[in-house]
Amino acid sequence: MSIQVIQPGLLSLLQDAGRYGAHNIGLTTGGPLDRQAFEWANRLLGNQLDACAIEVSFGGLQLQVQADTYIAVAGATMPLQIDGVDMDLWTTHRVKAGSKISLAYAQHGTRTYVAVAGGIQTPSSFGSRSTVVREKIGGLNGGKLVDHDILDCMPTKQLQRYTLPPNLRPQYASHVRLKVVLGYQHALFDRPTKQLFFSSTYTMTDRADRMGMRLEGPNVACGTSQMLSEGICHGAIQVPADGQPIVLLNDRQTIGGYPKIGSMMSRDTARLAQLRPGNTVEFCAVDIHDAHNLNALAAHRFQNTQLAAIDG
Amino acid sequence: MRIEVASENSFIIYFNDHIAAHTSAQIGACATYLRHSMGPLLIDLVPSYASLLVIYHAQMGDHYQVKRLLREALAQVQDESASDGKLIHLPVYYAEESGPDLALLAQRANLSIEDTIALHHNMAYQVYAIGFAPGFAYLGEVDKRLAAPRIATPRLKVPKGAVAIADRQTAVYPSQSPGGWNLIGLCPTSMFNPQQDPPMPVNVGDQIKFEPINRSEFLQQGGDEQLLLEPIA
Repeated sequence: MSIQVIQPGLLSLLQDAGRYGAHNIGLTTGGPLDRQAFEWANRLLGNQLDACAIEVSFGGLQLQVQADTYIAVAGATMPLQIDGVDMDLWTTHRVKAGSKISLAYAQHGTRTYVAVAGGIQTPSSFGSRSTVVREKIGGLNGGKLVDHDILDCMPTKQLQRYTLPPNLRPQYASHVRLKVVLGYQHALFDRPTKQLFFSSTYTMTDRADRMGMRLEGPNVACGTSQMLSEGICHGAIQVPADGQPIVLLNDRQTIGGYPKIGSMMSRDTARLAQLRPGNTVEFCAVDIHDAHNLNALAAHRFQNTQLAAIDG
Repeated sequence: MRIEVASENSFIIYFNDHIAAHTSAQIGACATYLRHSMGPLLIDLVPSYASLLVIYHAQMGDHYQVKRLLREALAQVQDESASDGKLIHLPVYYAEESGPDLALLAQRANLSIEDTIALHHNMAYQVYAIGFAPGFAYLGEVDKRLAAPRIATPRLKVPKGAVAIADRQTAVYPSQSPGGWNLIGLCPTSMFNPQQDPPMPVNVGDQIKFEPINRSEFLQQGGDEQLLLEPIA
C-alpha cells in the first residue's frame, strides 16, 4: 500500500512526534507544530498518537492512494475534496484505490495534518521520521514532499469511522495568548521591561517558519548582548539587541547566544503556529506549577473527549 | 554553580560565567552522571561552553524531583578538574588552494603562512559544544594571533570539511552550508554521517588535535579533488 504525491503544495512535510535524544550531535526536534491537530488526526484512525502524518502548510496538496485505506485530516480549514467531492475535516474517511485527495488553500490558520490508517512508513533516522529540511534529515531524502514521491503505508483492515463533534474542534483565532514560564536570563530583564512584555501586543512578522516566529512590538531588550552560547529548549523566547522577541520552535538551532526571558508552554505552539503574518499575540506569565497543572488537565481532557462514531 | 528553570520541562545548569578547562570537565561529568541517574526521566541534554540544558519528561517526574537529581549530580562533579574525554586526531590539508582565507589571516597575524598553519595545529582544542548544524563542533580556543572576526559577507557555499576560524573558535564544517567563518584548510574525515554509528567522531568534552597532511594524503584519505580544482571563492 502506498500513496503518491501528485502536487506537494507550498510546504508539505512528513512528521511524526519528533526526534528526541539527539541534541548532543546537534540535531533539533522537528515534529508537528500543531501537535493537538496532529494527534486528533491520528486518533480518528485509531493510530498511535505519534504515527507519521503529513504536515501541510498553507495548502495545495494533492495525493492519490494506490489501495483502499482510511484517512483523517485535522487542523486549519483547508477545503478537503476526495474525488472532487467536498469532505469534512476532523473525520475518518474511507478512500478507494485510485482516489484523489486534494486540499485547497487555508482560509483560516496555516497547518493541517493528513493522517493515514496505520501511519506513513518511511524510513526513520535517529529514531524519528520527522523531516527537518535545514538538517536534510528525515522524511524522504531529508526534504519536503515533491511531485511523484511515493509514501509507503500499512495495509488496512476495516475501521470504525469517527468524527470530532464540531463544538469540540479548535477555533483558530487571529489573536492568541501565549503562556510563558519565566526562566533562563529573566533576571536580566528589569521589572518595567517585564511589565511591558506581559502587557503588550506583538504582531507576527513574515519572518516566521518552523525554526521560530519573529514578532514585532514594544522593545524589551535587556541590555546584555554578549553571552556564551547555551542550549535552547522548545518555546524559548529570545530577545536580541533590537528588543524584538523571537519564539523558537520545533526546528530551532539547539544552541544560541541571545538572552532569553523564558519559554512559552509547548502546547501553545499549536495556536502560535496557526497564525499568519499580521496576526497578534500577547504573553502571560504562569509559574511552573500552573504549567504542569495545565498540561495534566489538557491531557485528561483529550483522553476523556469522546469521538462520535459514524455508521457505515 | 546555579540551576535555573529554562521551561516547563527543562532546567539549565550554569557552571561558570566564562570558558574554563575545569568547567568543561564538570559539564562532561555531570552529563554522564545524569544519563545514569535520570534514566527514562531524561529526554535530552545540551552541553555547551559553561552550561548544561536538561530536558525531562514532566509527565514522569515533577521539577522538585528533577532538581533534587541535578543537585545530587552537581555535588558529585564539584571536584572534577580533568576531562575524561578522548583525544582525537583529525587530518587537515592546509594550503591556499584549500583555505582561501589563510593568506589574509597570516598577514593579519604578521606571520608566514607556514607559521600560521603551525600555530593552528600545534595545540589541542577542547570540544565545547555541538550545534548550529548536525555535527558542527565548536572547538577552542585558538591562539590570540589567529583570532579573526567573521567575514563581512558570508559565503553561500562553504564546502564539507572546511576548517575554519571565527574569533577564538575553530571548527570543521560537517556538510556544505552557508557560513561566515575564515577558511584555512580542508579535512577529509567526515564529521557527521547519519549512516554511521556513532555518526560523529567527536563528543563534547573530547580534545581534538589537527594533523597537517599534504595534497596527495588529502586525496588518499578520501578528500574531494573537485574542491581543489574549483577553488573556494
